[in-house]
Amino acid sequence: MTRPLLEVEDLRTYYFGDRGRRVTKAVDGVSLTLAAGETLGIVGESGSGKTTLALSLLRLLPPAARIVGGAIRFEGEDLLTKSDGEMRRIRGKRIAMILQDPMASLNPLFTVGDQVAEPIRVHEGADRRAARERARELLRSVKIAAPELRVREYPHQMSGGMRQRIVGAIAISCDPRLLIADEPTTSLDLTIQAQYLGLLRELQRRHRLTLIFVTHNLGIVARMCDRVAVMYAGRVVETGPTKAIFDAAAHPYTKALIESIPKLSGARGRLTAIDGQPPDPAALPAGCAFHPRCPKVFERCRQEAPPELPAGEAHAARCWLLPPA
Amino acid sequence: MKKFVVRRIGYSVLSLLLLSLTIFFFVRVTGDPAVLLAEPGASAEDLRIIREQFGLDRPLWIQYGAFMENLLKGDFGKSFYYRTPVLELYLSRLPHSLLLAGAAMVFSLLIGIPTGIIAAVRVNRWWDSIGKVFALLGLSLPSFWVGLLLILFFSVYLEWLPSSGAGTAWHVIMPAFALGWYFAAAHMRLTRSSMLEVLGSEYVKLARLKGLPEALVIAKHAFKNALIPVLTLAGINLVIMVNVAVVVETVFAWPGVGRLLFEGISFRDFPVVQATVILGGAMIIVVNLVVDILYAVIDPRIRLER
Repeated sequence: MTRPLLEVEDLRTYYFGDRGRRVTKAVDGVSLTLAAGETLGIVGESGSGKTTLALSLLRLLPPAARIVGGAIRFEGEDLLTKSDGEMRRIRGKRIAMILQDPMASLNPLFTVGDQVAEPIRVHEGADRRAARERARELLRSVKIAAPELRVREYPHQMSGGMRQRIVGAIAISCDPRLLIADEPTTSLDLTIQAQYLGLLRELQRRHRLTLIFVTHNLGIVARMCDRVAVMYAGRVVETGPTKAIFDAAAHPYTKALIESIPKLSGARGRLTAIDGQPPDPAALPAGCAFHPRCPKVFERCRQEAPPELPAGEAHAARCWLLPPA
Repeated sequence: MKKFVVRRIGYSVLSLLLLSLTIFFFVRVTGDPAVLLAEPGASAEDLRIIREQFGLDRPLWIQYGAFMENLLKGDFGKSFYYRTPVLELYLSRLPHSLLLAGAAMVFSLLIGIPTGIIAAVRVNRWWDSIGKVFALLGLSLPSFWVGLLLILFFSVYLEWLPSSGAGTAWHVIMPAFALGWYFAAAHMRLTRSSMLEVLGSEYVKLARLKGLPEALVIAKHAFKNALIPVLTLAGINLVIMVNVAVVVETVFAWPGVGRLLFEGISFRDFPVVQATVILGGAMIIVVNLVVDILYAVIDPRIRLER
């Protein structure tokens, strides 16, 4: 096997509130590896740390957050030792990201053409005309009709689906190796959602992109991802190939998540939900963070956090139910 | 865009009409000007003649009708005290007020916008704290007091600047500072909060995700958006400065319209008070209109609305 594109090792990102007296461990010891061309789904409820993890990879965290430990190696380079300037040249060029809200991601005062051309001008030093030309091509590649007219228009003149495709065009403008999509379809309606996922697939194939999908939607994961990492309270509680996870989830939390997907076929029985609330990340329970909500909880879970234990080929989970390695 | 402009003009005319009505009746509540104009110890008959001379003996609504009729012809009437057309008096004072307001505005923007941006970019650091103190003082110290302290320090103690009057560039410095500090503080606070809001927006996050240099993120993506409310406020403030400088102009004996209004009120010179208030109001209304239209030019969401 060749060297992975991205290796995250024991990454810890904490939020410091109240002048450093309150510490929230948003990402607490996450390790991941991602091979080139692979699609990884990061799944979890709100507050599980998945967006903080994504922003940590780009080192673009809110002021209160800090990466306190671990390593991020991207194409063999340690991102945590890079200077701010070096990091800036990686963002948008080698690692791109699509944000949650397409309606708010575009600046209302600048034309679409200007905003799509910006990374090309900054990273490749292209002049205005060349960048304009590239912007038109990019819009065409994300299936925007009449791009030569659209480049001169403003974001408010476009629909949500179009804006999200424009954000997609910005993301691929400099041919990045890795694309992180944070809930890219939550604000779109279902048909547009399906179209957009199709488009991402196509872009991935055409540009040989490695994709990280951050989502709470397991349906999207099943459709799009080769591998899944399930996050709970800042930790990856289960990771493995998508098929293995869906067929034989090892962690009770993953099982509960899968069971809570509404099914269209054979819609008998009740829709199940996970009991209880996601934990407050600033005050996690002792032991396994999931134990207060776990149907299979036993004494050890309350005292000791489980390590990562093998659950199959390339499949592991943090649960005491698994046989020790 | 056209429809938008027409509608805004309609509102403006209505506001002016209400303003003329209000000031006309309110100024007449302040007392009888005849008493101030007549010699001390004048007889009731003398007072009656003075009232008759200025048409103050007629019913109020007839007086208002005559006033509005003249107003529509562009005639504001004659000053009771100076016996010259009020408009002439006003126009002779206006350049001084414009100069003072212009100087105070330049000062307030030069101080307010950069400090507001620095305070937002370095939020909760020491720079931000200094800015907060400066703004708090500017907003809470009354301008007459600041004016008196300035005179005491720069005119009396240091003897650097003239304490009153107009004429040279030196004369404008202290009144501009006394008038502008409040507005500098207001502009700083709005720039800061507007900038903070914009810096937390998704499009600024995306600009950073694109790998743009931080200076470009702030100067292009954040600043232009943050400037919209500041420009609106500054435009309106400029006109407010022309018209609220009453206290500052009085302290520094600055011969502007603020002092004219002060004199008009002291002498119950109704035509002077009516003219300064209505012309001031008209300015504020017109500037609001212009700012709204400029807004539409900057912001494509309004500009392209059909």
